Amino acid sequence: MLRFIRSRLQQGTRTAAFPKGEAVFPERFRGAPRFEPARCENCEACRARMPSSLLEIDENGRSRLDVGACLFAPEEEAACRNGAIRFTTDYRMAATSREGLRTETGEVALASALDRQARRLFGRSLRLRSVAAGSCNGCEAELVALGNVVFDMARFGVQFVASPRHADGIVLTGAVSANMRDAVYRTYEAVPEPKLVVAVGACAINGGPFRGSPEVGNGVPADIPVDLWVPGCPPHPLTLLDGLLRLLGRIAGEKAPKQP
Amino acid sequence: MSRFDELGLRNRRAIPVASVPTESVSGFRDTVAGALRTDWRMVSFFGMPETGGATRMLAILAQDERGELGATSTVVEGTYPALTPDCPELHYFEREVAEQCGVRPLGHPALHPVRRHPSPRLPDSPGGALGDDGAFGFSRIDSQEVHEVGVGPVHAGIIEPGHFRFQAHGEEVLRLEIVLGYQHRGVERLLEHSDRDRSVLIAESIAGDTVIGHGGTHCSAIEALARARKTPRAQAIRGIAVELERLSNHIGDLGAIAGDVAYQPAASYFGRMRGECLNLLMTLSGNRYGRGLVRPGGTRFDIPPEMAIEMRERLLRLRGELRPVADLMLENSSVQARLEGVGVLTRQKCLELGVVGPPARACEVPRDVRHDHPYGLFRFAHIPVATAWAGDVLARTLVRWLEVQRSLDFVVEQLAGLPRGPIRVECGPLRPGEMVVSMAEGWRGEIVHVVVTDETGRIRRYKVTDPSFHNWSALAAVLPGNQISDFPLCNKSFNLSYAGHDL
Repeated sequence: MLRFIRSRLQQGTRTAAFPKGEAVFPERFRGAPRFEPARCENCEACRARMPSSLLEIDENGRSRLDVGACLFAPEEEAACRNGAIRFTTDYRMAATSREGLRTETGEVALASALDRQARRLFGRSLRLRSVAAGSCNGCEAELVALGNVVFDMARFGVQFVASPRHADGIVLTGAVSANMRDAVYRTYEAVPEPKLVVAVGACAINGGPFRGSPEVGNGVPADIPVDLWVPGCPPHPLTLLDGLLRLLGRIAGEKAPKQP
Repeated sequence: MSRFDELGLRNRRAIPVASVPTESVSGFRDTVAGALRTDWRMVSFFGMPETGGATRMLAILAQDERGELGATSTVVEGTYPALTPDCPELHYFEREVAEQCGVRPLGHPALHPVRRHPSPRLPDSPGGALGDDGAFGFSRIDSQEVHEVGVGPVHAGIIEPGHFRFQAHGEEVLRLEIVLGYQHRGVERLLEHSDRDRSVLIAESIAGDTVIGHGGTHCSAIEALARARKTPRAQAIRGIAVELERLSNHIGDLGAIAGDVAYQPAASYFGRMRGECLNLLMTLSGNRYGRGLVRPGGTRFDIPPEMAIEMRERLLRLRGELRPVADLMLENSSVQARLEGVGVLTRQKCLELGVVGPPARACEVPRDVRHDHPYGLFRFAHIPVATAWAGDVLARTLVRWLEVQRSLDFVVEQLAGLPRGPIRVECGPLRPGEMVVSMAEGWRGEIVHVVVTDETGRIRRYKVTDPSFHNWSALAAVLPGNQISDFPLCNKSFNLSYAGHDL
């Protein structure tokens, strides 16, 4: 018992100061990407060099970033020789709409809160069911990390549960492999209404590194409505937490994180 | 024609693919069975399409004491007599070849699908995931006293998808069948058809908890085929990264095992300390799992002196925090009682199934690629192989704890004396008509990537064998005789990858 108390004292309290305190990331951390149109010379050299579909052309022929497709790889930044694409250490980039992830500068329209009715239901108690479907286990590892003492998601009333019947929504990871398609629909249908869907990671948003493989469906099927899109490969636990808390109306505003 | 063991094949040394012997099916069987009867073991076994619709089957064998590799092949069409009755460690490989290439091994004792992806070349293959019972020939014990428990593919926690089916008598498991393939993303095909920048991102996503392991094995295969020689500094940084990956995962597993026996203090302390290792990787590479670090020709990020000092300090602090928690857990008699004698893998079974990694080392089978087929940093600096003998959950836990201590000391030492020089060299086009076997000891065990190029230097076949491919069969083999309620604990002590298996 004494040893236990001693180790408890040695370990101390480790819960992150988030959301009240500052979240500090190392200098090399690759958070939200930014695009500086001023630096783009329309040389189009980036097209061949870009290993993902981060950069796309909108209806008016202008370049823009699709943060949902970003794989957060150094090669995406290096694709532009003029440095028009760069990663910041901003961890906040979850959006409530798919379109909110597509912007000219890469600045995502951060998730807005659910309506009052939904906030009354879920705001202080949200139970989620995790469905991995054609993923690499990276996003799942970060979802597990949300339960550790550092991120401790349960202090906000958000928990993962063991049955869709006990859940208020599903968290979907992976590009939705052909072999999981049926299980994804059946889990979604088993969650009672009203329900939320959170798409986590580049795979769930657009297929990620597996985009185009005949064995996967390039992310969440179009007929499953998504309430929160969380980009990342995988997303940092704070990106996930920030997105969920914004959706629940527990964080608002644009308070930028401290740059190291 | 050279013999299978005279090709000069070594870990990460490319040879002309034409030098691999082509034997008759019976000659191939004699060579493989003969080698496996002596001190060789199967590392990889796969099919490669030949022109005209035939399939070339390649067997890659390893001799661990001498650090040698061997290869042989045969060409089959349609059907051939199965090798499994003579060589049990091939049972899973033959199932995989049947599914991937549409050749049928006649006389295979249980030709179930491995990943259940549609196999157009095998018209009556089950394929697809719909309707478990129809697609997969589950065995059933016919008795009024036996009940069946099915779990998955969607699990109760945050776990990858897989289906487990138990036949149980009361609480005692009589039989466990494991059905995988739900995470199948077509990784091998993607690696055969993508350009180099994208391929490395795919390789890093074979198993998201083994980014450095698979990414590094991939890059080493590409480097061998391009004859690019990494600098000592790049090798050191890669070696440090792969050990940090091992540390984070083993510490996480110790916590998960503590959690499964309801010893909460160790579960939460280890859970937090796992994060410290991930944060070290983030400091180094910008990503908690080390994505973006390992690239063909070396690494993308350097460790400047001040970062090396900071990383060392953080690791030394971690070392001080780890030991009291491990002692607290492992010296606790109720924890010991829950881990001892549960999920025993015998040495005999381990050899028969070709098990690798910590589960093999926990029953006195000292397989470790870093030691047996040394590569990169591990040719110059050695980590003692950690073993235990009991083969139960406790032994697998102890092996992990030993490896945590040794890897931590190793990284601390390496950070103090990084070689000078550039971190990356140019990596040119691949040599045509060659084959390379790239092996590494990931935290789960032996990772193998075999890459064959065609006459133009493009990738013709990319074969990935994750340690989980060998080890899932071991989990199914240890469970009978244990209680259903011990399944999570057994499962956690193996901690196998669904994504790495399903590809």
